[in-house]
Amino acid sequence: MTNYIKLVVLGLIAFFALIAANYARDLAYLANALTVAAVAAGTFLWVLRNTDEPVSTTDLSGQYMDGVIRFGVVATAFWGVVGFLVGTFIAFQLAFPGLNFEWAEGYANFGRLRPLHTSAVIFAFGGNALICTSFYVVQRTSAARLWGGNLAWFVFWGYQLFIVLAATGYLLGATQSKEYAEPEWYTDLWLTVVWLAYLAVFVGTLVKRKEPHIYVANWFFLSFIITVAMLHVVNNLSIPVSIFGSKSVQVFSGVQDAMTQWWYGHNAVGFFLTAGFLGMMYYFVPKQAERPVFSYKLSIIHFWALIFLYIWAGPHHLHYTALPDWAGTLGMVFSIVLWMPSWGGMINGLMTLSGAWDKLRTDPIIRMMVISLGFYGMSTFEGPMMSIRAVNSLSHYTDWTIGHVHSGALGWNGMITFGALYFLVPKLWARESLYSLRLVSWHFWLATIGIILYAASMWVTGIMEGLMWREVDANGFLVNSFADTVGAKFPMYVVRALGGVLFLSGGMIMCYNLYMTVRRSPAVTADNSAVPAE
Amino acid sequence: METYSILRQFADSWMLLVLFAFFVGVILWVFRPGGTKAYENPASIPFRNENKPASNHAHDEKEA
Repeated sequence: MTNYIKLVVLGLIAFFALIAANYARDLAYLANALTVAAVAAGTFLWVLRNTDEPVSTTDLSGQYMDGVIRFGVVATAFWGVVGFLVGTFIAFQLAFPGLNFEWAEGYANFGRLRPLHTSAVIFAFGGNALICTSFYVVQRTSAARLWGGNLAWFVFWGYQLFIVLAATGYLLGATQSKEYAEPEWYTDLWLTVVWLAYLAVFVGTLVKRKEPHIYVANWFFLSFIITVAMLHVVNNLSIPVSIFGSKSVQVFSGVQDAMTQWWYGHNAVGFFLTAGFLGMMYYFVPKQAERPVFSYKLSIIHFWALIFLYIWAGPHHLHYTALPDWAGTLGMVFSIVLWMPSWGGMINGLMTLSGAWDKLRTDPIIRMMVISLGFYGMSTFEGPMMSIRAVNSLSHYTDWTIGHVHSGALGWNGMITFGALYFLVPKLWARESLYSLRLVSWHFWLATIGIILYAASMWVTGIMEGLMWREVDANGFLVNSFADTVGAKFPMYVVRALGGVLFLSGGMIMCYNLYMTVRRSPAVTADNSAVPAE
Repeated sequence: METYSILRQFADSWMLLVLFAFFVGVILWVFRPGGTKAYENPASIPFRNENKPASNHAHDEKEA
């Protein structure tokens, strides 16, 4: 019966999407409406073929729901490489402007590709990593199967549709010009639906947990899901100009809009890229090190301190703007206070290895996790420092900011995700071990050297650029024109792009290694009565 | 008073106090006597139920 309702709904969606495509006022809307129509029609056929087929009534509550996590792992690896590739390409575009090809002008120039890169790495790579690891962790630490049956599949596929709509929209010019919140109104609405379903699956699983205690990783995941829902809804309050067009107008305006945007923007860092990934850290580091987290008390304090402080740090993005000074100072003070819980968390992760430091030598996966914590500590020191008004007057609008973001994103988010993927693939596909640990080492070193090239060149070019902008001669005139700084940055831009190439090749080695693990590695023997070899 | 002023006054007085007290309360609670022992069990959650959910009679679980 539910299948008939689904068929009606899907048919209506496809029908109205085609009508919308017919009336579309701009190219991005047209492409997105056709995508929605195609997806709805395809799903319609799929549901139709499964209607009135015999339903298997096996009781699945005795096993974990891992199929959707396997898809999530593949999606994470795929979007990761896509995002790194676009990032490397736009890095070369900055160094060699000729790569903004004449024939692709308006579609594949830097301005269109840059949001594609940021969204691909943050939301497609990071988001898929968070969704699949949170599904994995919440089941294991609750000792319960995911709640909601196929709702988890809806979350996965719905999220991929969001990514495709957003990405094609960017290339064709649909953007509301809010950094990290570029997708237009209908894509935002769709993400809201998917995200609430995600929240329902996660909370539903927690509610039916068999463990009396909610493990700390789940606290981090839950805070990430709830806060992102709140941030997303408030920052994207907008009124479409037409329901048949992608353009919308923000409800807030002026400095209120700027403050809302950076309240959103910094908490996207704080909750999406920090709290969520700390959830991964609190599960996968203890698992890989085979010992419980260093201090469970510290993890609880880490959680509450992070939650209470991060939400106030946003105004440091708006020093020397129309934002009142008191708000900027508030953001700056909270950013500096944040240093402490961040380092508390880093120490908690690192010290989990105490007594097992030898694993650093033998296990490249734990090495990856440790260096990710190292980068977490480094960027959570650099960030508070850059939020200080005096430092910010030098660093803001320069490449130093981009370097900071990448040491956090490539170092912390990237490395912990790689570690988690290397942990997950053998478990999820029931393999004895990874295909090759040597390749993991290769990935580790390529990625690490890539990040170092990236961060170091951006420090140099950022500080140089900041100093050149403010340099005045004896009469008080500016010494350098803007184009002078662009010319001076060229060598560092090339080094940065090479760092990107190294990081990208590490990512491709990982994909090969994970693929071969599934294809070639010996399967775990299902027989539990095996006698250990002596 | 208009809504903004009322909310503003509430936010920087009572709400601030409540949030701050909650935060301090959490930290004090974590360091309560017997806390170390109480957290030993939760800290080892990742090392159980790796391959399948706990059965419905979870109370007689043997900690592996």
